[in-house]
Amino acid sequence: MSLHRPDALSGRAAIAGIGATEFSKDSGRSELKLAVEAVHTALDDAGLSPADVDGLVTFTMDTTPEITLAQAAGIGELSFFSRVHYGGGAACATVQQAALAVATGVAEVVVCYRAFNERSGRRFGSGVQERQPSAEGAALGWNLPFGLLTPASWVAMAAQRYLHTYGLTPEAFGHVAVTGRRHAARNPAAYFHGKPITLDDHAASRWIVEPLRLLDCCQETDGGQALVVTTPERARDLRRPPALITAAAQGAGRAQEQMTSFYRDGLTGLPEMNVVARQLWRTSRLTPADIDVAILYDHFTPFVLLQLEEFGFCAPGEAADFVAADALPLNTHGGQLGEAYLHGMNGIAEAVRQLRGTSPNQTPDATHVLVTAGTGVPTSGLVLSRDGAGAPDGSSDSAPGGPPDGP
Amino acid sequence: MTAMTATGGSEERAGAGGAGEGTATRGLYERLKAYEGRPAATAGVGKDPVNAAMIRHWCEAMGDVNPAYEGPDAIAPPTMLQAWTMGGLSGHQGRSGAYDELSALLDGAGYAAVVATDCEQEYLRPLRPGDQITFDAVIESVSERKTTKLGTGHFVTTRMDIRANGELAGTHRFRILKYAPPPARRKGPPTAQPQPQSQPQMQSQMRVQVQALAKARRPRPVINRDNAGFWEGVSRHTLLIQRCGGCRTLRFPWLPGCQACGSPEWDTVEASGTGTVYSYVVMHHPPFPAFDPPYAVGLIELAEGVRMVSNVIGVPYDKVRIGMPVRLEFRCVDEELELPVFRVDETLQRPVSRGEG
Repeated sequence: MSLHRPDALSGRAAIAGIGATEFSKDSGRSELKLAVEAVHTALDDAGLSPADVDGLVTFTMDTTPEITLAQAAGIGELSFFSRVHYGGGAACATVQQAALAVATGVAEVVVCYRAFNERSGRRFGSGVQERQPSAEGAALGWNLPFGLLTPASWVAMAAQRYLHTYGLTPEAFGHVAVTGRRHAARNPAAYFHGKPITLDDHAASRWIVEPLRLLDCCQETDGGQALVVTTPERARDLRRPPALITAAAQGAGRAQEQMTSFYRDGLTGLPEMNVVARQLWRTSRLTPADIDVAILYDHFTPFVLLQLEEFGFCAPGEAADFVAADALPLNTHGGQLGEAYLHGMNGIAEAVRQLRGTSPNQTPDATHVLVTAGTGVPTSGLVLSRDGAGAPDGSSDSAPGGPPDGP
Repeated sequence: MTAMTATGGSEERAGAGGAGEGTATRGLYERLKAYEGRPAATAGVGKDPVNAAMIRHWCEAMGDVNPAYEGPDAIAPPTMLQAWTMGGLSGHQGRSGAYDELSALLDGAGYAAVVATDCEQEYLRPLRPGDQITFDAVIESVSERKTTKLGTGHFVTTRMDIRANGELAGTHRFRILKYAPPPARRKGPPTAQPQPQSQPQMQSQMRVQVQALAKARRPRPVINRDNAGFWEGVSRHTLLIQRCGGCRTLRFPWLPGCQACGSPEWDTVEASGTGTVYSYVVMHHPPFPAFDPPYAVGLIELAEGVRMVSNVIGVPYDKVRIGMPVRLEFRCVDEELELPVFRVDETLQRPVSRGEG
């Protein structure tokens, strides 16, 4: 229904705790262990204990089942557990699932988590060479005999068309990389802390899949990240100021594929992110001008540009100049290019830090932060807000069936 | 004495896999025979003149203590004949396009594995330190299709004439088998390559290389009940596009229903085979055993308006561009897999690119 009218979730859940392991290239421990550590850290951050948790949400790609996490983390009975599909597209949707659960009373404290040894274990960048003959496998299968085998290659196919359509060169992608690494350089938790890059570094980096260079591709990471979601009322009694979930949305486009949506439109946009954007703007009653910080999923630089255009921060084809002008604080943790590749979950944590005033690259008085999940796949997004901010137009005039009054 | 010859890696790496020529196996032998008599190497020059140091190394490696190979009047061991022509680690010089084309043609027909089988040498005069070596080689013969224990393929024999200071000093015939290993040897996904072994014996090195090549098959298409009709069409050299039985919308990839109207009814239309490059990428990293980076992969927009991922052939990987007109071909990439690929064809009128912006 939320494709057509504002939904009723706005302001009815909050992120009360965030927690992560260190971000490394070789964690030296199991993915389950990483997940447990991240969950405990997030609960500590919130001032909650494992016994308070009654819901868990993760990715279908995660190797740690909710029940095993509960066993190993001291969590008891669960009334809500859910998983979201489509790789990194799940990130913000895990929070949406949790918010739906707490808003409806299905659960009261839901922890979202994602943990993997993506660098020392199974590396996504190593590509795909076979798939089972399921519908999902067959969809990707069209690409395999021809050698289009890696996430970088699937993004590059659209990126090439984007450059062609707008008369740009691959250097246009460099601004995103430089911005991410500039922020990472000032973030002690970032893998690339203290290691900024220049546009020349970007342009000199080797080809991975033309038109993508090494510095257009995010790093690979071992680590875990968890987020604690509860009701705003309970969150206000906890250790940290709540980050209110002003809007949460999932989106899939027409003729949607996972990373290989080559058969629709002009390949210069991200229609699924447009579905997310329309819902977030409508439900939040915000506009791009109201956003103080954007945390846009950056597994590969080109799709950051396309997201800026889909959300209306700038016109189609103008996003590279928009990023170069530094008009919007973007990926202030360093992004996945600079901080860590945690399938988008670390970006949600950064949005919470901005609202708390604890970001390594703090935007003064950050009030509304936009966060997005994996691009090129069915995806999701969030608008998180400082408690008491409300929407600029006031949400008290909401129509019946619309969002309840802001806090 | 045999040595492995690196026969992979054609000059023209157009599209994935790199073979510049070759479509179906039909008429293959005639096309192979056409290379007989064509040069395999032209005006090659030995990287070093005949010299005492290389002679000594050879004799020590072979355990040959013949006094004729030592002292002020030393001659080179006759069996070193080929050694004076070898490219070494820095590679060959003067190898002809014809030899690479022949290799690519065999690769494209599925005979991608190679093994050196034997060599024959004739010695017309001794070689002595200081002799300057030049050589020419010709593709002497290509055999009919033969079935061996390794697999089915063709023997290719080259004859090299080696000159010392311009005078013919010997000939060297070198024979390889380009073959398709039998399927039973290649179960499982083409993943890990065997580790190179440290034994110096040529036989073991050759065995390792043969195994590596045998495993280096392209990923298979993912075929199920919903898309099997497409691949059946490919096997008949037709490219079939689904057409909705309700709203007549053409669609690709194959699915059992229509996103435009939801109808489960469909039939197929045969693609005309012309199209344009809608987008493309050039794959550099990481390497995959079945592919030889850099190589191009294209997104082809067919004249009928649907798109499909394929390989663009007929131009080097770095010359593929959006908007290039292309024409359908079918190519055997190994003995079990034939793929629809697209050859750049500048004789086609460039259609107006669709779907801009």
